[in-house]
This record gives sequence, C-alpha cells and structure tokens, in this order.
Amino acid sequence: MLYALLCYNDEDTVWAWDKTQDGEVMARLAQVRAPLEKAGKLGPSLRLLPTTAATTLRKSDPPLVIDGPYAETKEQLLGFYIVDVADLEEALGVARLLADANPGGAYEIRPLAVYNPGAPMAAGG
Amino acid sequence: MTDPAWIAAAMTGARPQAVGALLRYFRDLETAEEAFQDACLRALNTWPKNGPPRDPAAWLIMVGRNAALDGVRKRARQTQLPDEAAISDLDDVEDRVVERIDGSDYRDDVLRLLFICCHPDLPAPQQIALALRIVSGLSVTQIARAFLVGEAAMEQRITRAKARIGAGDAAFETPGPVERAERLAAVAAMLYLVFNEGYSAGDNTDRAQLSGEAIRLTRLLLRLYQTEPEVMGLLALMLLQHARAPARHDADGRIVLLDDQDRGRWDRKLIAEGLALIDKALRHRRPGAYQVQAAIAALHARAATPGDTDWAQIERLYANLERLTPSPVVTLNRAVAVSKVAGPQAALEMIAPLAERLSGYFHFHGLTGGLNLELGRHEAARVAFDKAIALANTAAEAAHIRQHLDRLAADHATRSGSSGP
Repeated sequence: MLYALLCYNDEDTVWAWDKTQDGEVMARLAQVRAPLEKAGKLGPSLRLLPTTAATTLRKSDPPLVIDGPYAETKEQLLGFYIVDVADLEEALGVARLLADANPGGAYEIRPLAVYNPGAPMAAGG
Repeated sequence: MTDPAWIAAAMTGARPQAVGALLRYFRDLETAEEAFQDACLRALNTWPKNGPPRDPAAWLIMVGRNAALDGVRKRARQTQLPDEAAISDLDDVEDRVVERIDGSDYRDDVLRLLFICCHPDLPAPQQIALALRIVSGLSVTQIARAFLVGEAAMEQRITRAKARIGAGDAAFETPGPVERAERLAAVAAMLYLVFNEGYSAGDNTDRAQLSGEAIRLTRLLLRLYQTEPEVMGLLALMLLQHARAPARHDADGRIVLLDDQDRGRWDRKLIAEGLALIDKALRHRRPGAYQVQAAIAALHARAATPGDTDWAQIERLYANLERLTPSPVVTLNRAVAVSKVAGPQAALEMIAPLAERLSGYFHFHGLTGGLNLELGRHEAARVAFDKAIALANTAAEAAHIRQHLDRLAADHATRSGSSGP
C-alpha cells in the first residue's frame, strides 16, 4: 500500500530557522530517510517554498489566476502533481490542461525548495 | 508543556499584528507597547500551564487590551485590581477573539505600524532604529550593538524619534487605495534600508542579522498584500542578494567580488524562492524599481559561471531602472554592465558626466579605478583608487582597494627597477 505523509507546521517559524538550525533538522531527516530509501520504502520527498511564493488557478470558467495559496477550507486536498518546467507560466499551462480535463476546485502552484527523488517504487493503488 | 523557544518565537511572530491592533485601539504608541508587554508577561505565566493558544496574536491582542483598560480604570479610580488568578477571561478569551479578528484586520494595522516609522521628518537611521524597536521588538541593547553605538545614545535616538512622530500624525482611519499604495511604497523603502544595513555590514554578525529581520518583515508584508508585484519584487531582491552572503567575504573578512565568488556557496533555497517570486511579479506587467533590480539579481543567480552572465540583458534592465528611478548611482551600475558588453572605454565615457555629483561616492572612484586599470592607465587608476580608499565605508571596502593599490605599487616598482641603471 502506498501512503502520502503530508507535512504541516508554522511556516513563519520554519523559514526563520538560521542555516545551522535548518542544517541540523535536514541532517536528522536525512538519517531517517536513508535506510527507508535503501529498503525501497521511500519515494519522492520534497520541501515546498513558503505560501507567499504560491499562485492559485481557480478552475472556474474561464479559469482565474490568483496570487497566493489556496485559502478555502470547504475543499480537501485530493492529490498533487510534480512538474519540471521552465517557469510559472509553463506550470500554469499544465494546470490549465488539467483543469480542462477535470473541472471544479483549484490547483495551487507552489514552487519546490528541495526535491529528493527517493527509491523507484512500483505503481500502487 | 510549551517550550520556551516556541513561546519566544510565537511572541516575535505575533508582535507586528498585536502591537498594530493595540495601536488601533489606543491610538497611542506608548500605551500599545505597554499593553503588548503586559500581555507577554501574562502569556509567560499562562501558556506553559494551559498550552499554546491557537492564535497567539489574537490572544495577545485581547489580553493586552484588557490589561491596558484595567490600567486606565485603575488610574481613574485608584482602586485595587483583582489579582492575576481572579481575572477569569484569560482562558476562554481565545475562541471569541478568533471570530472577531481575521487576516484582513491585520493588514492595515501592520502597515500602519510600519508606516509610522517612515515619518518623512525622520532621517533614515532613525526610521530603521524605530522599526527595529517597535515592529521587530529588538531591545535597545541589540539595536545599539547592530549600529555600533552606545546604548545610551541609541536609547536617546529612539526616544527622540518617538517624540517626533507623535501619536496624532498617524492616520487611524482605514486607508483608501491611493493612500495605501503610498504607505506601501514608504514602508518598502524603509524595509530595504533595514536590509541594506545588514547587507553592507559584512561579517559583523550583530548587524548582518538585520538582513534576515528585513526579510522576515517583508514576507509578512507580502502575506498581507499578496497581489502587490512590487512587494514580491522587494522580497525577491532581498532573497537573491542574501543568497550570496555566504560567498561575499573570504576567511579573512575581505570582500569577494561577484565574478570571484564561489557560486557553490550561494544559498540555492533562497535563490529558488527569489526566482519564483520574480516570476510571479512579472506576470502582473506592472514594472517597478524593486522588480527590475530583482530581475537583474535573478540573471546573476541563474548564471552558473560569471562567463554565463547575460550582461546585455542586465544592461537593458539598468536602462529601464534609469527611466523608473533616474539617479547617478543607477547610471554607475549600468556602466558596469556597459563595460562588460562594450568595453571599459565606453563605460568610462558613460560615467564621466557623473564625476561632480558622485565625487564623494566610494563606488564611483572604485569603478573609475577599475576601468582605468583594465585600459592599462595605471596612473589614472592609482589616483581614483586613492580617492576611493579615503571614502571607504567599511574596513572590507578599504582592504579591497588597498589590494589594487599595493599591486599597482609593486608593478610600478618592478617596472622602474627594470628600466633603472
């Protein structure tokens, strides 16, 4: 069975860590990750940039681009995509294609700070 | 159990919103600051026992407001206050407050608090000191240490600045769109001053921390004003410049110029955030000075080696910046790009008309020296470097020019030695 572990914390606090603090946390996490990855139990893990770097595509007709994170609470997080693109414009292009295929709700487009590909994993579901 | 580091971080994080809201209630900075202090003292008693509140800012505002109102009543009636335990509303205050205070209330409160520090009568160093004291909550000792002045002198500077801004000057009505834009521009300029205090400090760690504080406050401002491209641009500019901090000085504290920096030491996370923000800002097609400067910093950040730098594009961006904010210093920066694209002679011709206006500016003479050196005009270079070293703002700047002068002197000695008898 595949699980996603979603990370929540106060971003003001986390992004105020100095280099040393940040390095210490990252080193501890790397120690947890290493054996899991070796055992083929850990896929991609990543760290998002702060919500101030986010842009949201509301899947209205026509779709609406809004600065900032997705702030509504009546919808739930149902999934996500990782895309490797040149810039925000291209990322929004992908989001628009997805929106055409699956209207309703929104996509929050949030750049990544760190990306670890992890071990290759069999498709599950 | 609530850990003391968390409490300290929560108080610092909540301070701009809380003091800003208390200032709106009491319309007096002194009262607002005292009320916040009172609330923090009570938090230190209550939070470890009851656990952290869901919204620390809302808690501190409500408790601070009650404490200040109690103080007013106490002074009015000269009666005894009930002791701490008898104040019943401390525990259940939170839920009610959270309903009443939401993000949109904070926006103008925080902006107003930052804006009163930007009073046009205050010289820049006082604006910065005031913002660090009132908004960031740094102690007078910390600020004095950052500015390398005595504590008493800094205390006096802050007291005088506070007296000057007075309470009556700050507008407490919700600002209209034009006024809000003006406030944002003034606050952005002040935050960039705070950033530059830290950025120019080199390896002086107390002062260097001001860059981080400016970034923290700008992030807060952007969270409150998410659709303002210039606020995105300002934060991007700060992050992209700050990313280079680990490579800007060598082990002995000497300046390392952009071309010579070890780009592997640049902070990639900060660069990623800066690039994402400038991308976001440019989509608005409302250019501004911070966005253009951030776009220039982004071109440096994107170049894997100095040779990869897109100087032609940087030159065009500086030309844009000259149109947006004409200034001899911008022209000077443009000349650096021109020297890379069209050579040192073209750059010298561009800065020649600035000689009079920038006669007291370190970088003008430093660049003049550097360009003459490239052209092999050693005497002209030496004259310019002599002027620069006398105008250096930091020991690191002076040491950098000293290196050039020493090399010129050694070169001269070698040549006169070989041509001698």
